[in-house]
Amino acid sequence: MATNLKQLTKNEELLCGGHRACAGCTGSNILRQIMLTAGKDTVVGGATGCMEVVTTIFPYTAWKTSFIHSAFENCAATISGVETAFRALKKRGDLPVERDNINFIAFGGDGGTYDIGLQSLSGAMERGHNMLYVCYDNNAYMNTGIQRSSATPVGAHTSTAPSGSQSTGKQEIRKDLTKILVAHNIPYIAQTTPYHWKDLAMKVEKALATPGPAFLNILMPCTPGWHFDPAIGIDLAREAVECNFWPIFEVENGVYNINKKPKEKMPVADWMKKQGRFKHLFKPGNEHVLESTQAFVDKEWEKLLKLEESTS
Amino acid sequence: MEQKLVALSGNEAVAYAFKQALPHVAAVFPITPQTEMMHKYAEFVANGESDTEMILVESEHSAMSAAVGASAAGARTFTATSSAGFALMWEVVYIAASLRLPICMALVNRALSGNINIHCDHSDSMGGRDAGWIHLFAENAQEAYDNAIMSWRIAEHMDVRLPVMVNYDGFIISHTADALHMLPDDVAYKFIGKYKADYALLDVENPITVGPLDLTDYYFEHKASQLAAYPRALEVIKKVSDEFGELTGRYYDHCEEYMMDDADMVMVMLGSSAGTAKDVIDEYREKGVKVGLLKIRTFRPFPFDYLSKVLAGRKAVAVLDRSASYGGQGGPVFMELRHAMYGQQVPIYSYIYGLGGRDFDLHQVETVIKDLQKVAAGGEMNNVNLLGIRS
Repeated sequence: MATNLKQLTKNEELLCGGHRACAGCTGSNILRQIMLTAGKDTVVGGATGCMEVVTTIFPYTAWKTSFIHSAFENCAATISGVETAFRALKKRGDLPVERDNINFIAFGGDGGTYDIGLQSLSGAMERGHNMLYVCYDNNAYMNTGIQRSSATPVGAHTSTAPSGSQSTGKQEIRKDLTKILVAHNIPYIAQTTPYHWKDLAMKVEKALATPGPAFLNILMPCTPGWHFDPAIGIDLAREAVECNFWPIFEVENGVYNINKKPKEKMPVADWMKKQGRFKHLFKPGNEHVLESTQAFVDKEWEKLLKLEESTS
Repeated sequence: MEQKLVALSGNEAVAYAFKQALPHVAAVFPITPQTEMMHKYAEFVANGESDTEMILVESEHSAMSAAVGASAAGARTFTATSSAGFALMWEVVYIAASLRLPICMALVNRALSGNINIHCDHSDSMGGRDAGWIHLFAENAQEAYDNAIMSWRIAEHMDVRLPVMVNYDGFIISHTADALHMLPDDVAYKFIGKYKADYALLDVENPITVGPLDLTDYYFEHKASQLAAYPRALEVIKKVSDEFGELTGRYYDHCEEYMMDDADMVMVMLGSSAGTAKDVIDEYREKGVKVGLLKIRTFRPFPFDYLSKVLAGRKAVAVLDRSASYGGQGGPVFMELRHAMYGQQVPIYSYIYGLGGRDFDLHQVETVIKDLQKVAAGGEMNNVNLLGIRS
């Protein structure tokens, strides 16, 4: 178990520096932290997206473990093939190197997971592959230029649902993907952020130790997409939890456990105010969007508390 | 070596052939008329006759994606599909070839929608003709079985390392019981050999990155190296087929030449319709008409040199396509063949037949032969003709 900082800092860096992520990118923090916990005997799959693009520009690779990218929507299916190959080769004694276990981790952004890759993810989870799927949710299609996705929150300005004289940005409520995964009845599901490094490491460990499929949904503040000072990305991850926009919790075999309950709830607007994507909402006349966002977050939090209570 | 004479449908025959390669992984999704093939394979696994791990995916897109993952991991891998299933795979079909993964796929040829139609034509395969796979075609269950056995040797050959598509006609071959000779399991596996990937994701001590972002500075070189594999693939297909011939007595080349030695007039086609054409050619030969058949087995890579040599000096050639190129001139085989014959003064005509499983009957063959006779005598014909259509 490596969930202490001292041990984590001693572990081998498996995502090397020199990749081309933006200044202040919290996505590379997420991957780095996951890999520090997962260790070398891991095969990683990446959906087309920021993290795939910045880590593998030929002839360079930032990955010190095996890595495969195939397409945008099929990362879960691709890793399900790799995981099946492991079982098939092991059974016959055909593995290139003997191992009792190898970790299989697929990752994708919200575009590759909530939207175009949802079917592939659902199929792989239902089939029970021994794999971990990680969604780094930065709330829009950042790699292609900040277009709205089904993970984009109400009121956010994106290039395909911009704010304007007749619009307050995205109009539709974001999809609750974590709940969809819970409906798959898989053994381990969790939400976390890169600020909560210990929580993240613990969840990766649990997910990898759990036989069968596991899913992590990780909020990823995005400097160009959310439009904030590159220095504050990790703070925004912390505050997303403190304002209940992004509760961190686990669902283990159907039992909910909220890992952090803010003592003093931060108003969502305080968190939103630091992000350029919500700037227009602070202009007179748009207060109703801030109000409805707060009401929505409160309602969802109450529902989550009830789920924890009813499943414990 | 004794080969067992059995009665099997094409789907069953190909299921046996794939089983004999002892594949590690199969990723499949059901679609008519491929379904029987995966049913048969699932029975093998359920009865302990095969230890292949089957991934029963939620779509063909995931079937090809999982196949790519498994193959890149180091597993001998196959899949099977038809029609719309292949169309849904399309994006990943290119990726499989570009990553040089030796996946084998049974493509049980069926018309593409719309309108929806479950019967045979070759439009599915033709939609993927530039994707980088090797396309082999069969006339009957025996040839489908033989191609499926050879597909592994071709795909995994170090001069090739490309995926291979074993095409056979939906229902006409897939669902018809046919007599064929099967190799004993040990002989088949000895011929195919054990597969070992040179680079495997599962070799965690020697990690690799597969499928990186490849931009203006290197993508073209990777494509150039892929392009160089296809002429080599033609040679490997021939070599493997020769070796297979020595083992089984069934010899194959890129094409089968039927009554071609002195033929003035030639019909060119793929797949099961060749059997029908041969019957009619026999009749016309008895009447002294010098007509022959060239049945193409290797459609990709297209055997340009072979065809331009064998058709040189003929008086008239009819290319029969069981698919159309909408907005193009004639069918895909016609276009390739006429290109192969560039610079030669051989009249070549396109016939589209059998779309959506329309029967290819003796009368249609007769129509073509009569047209060829007319052309050979100096007459004229339309460039593109439809056969067997309601008047």
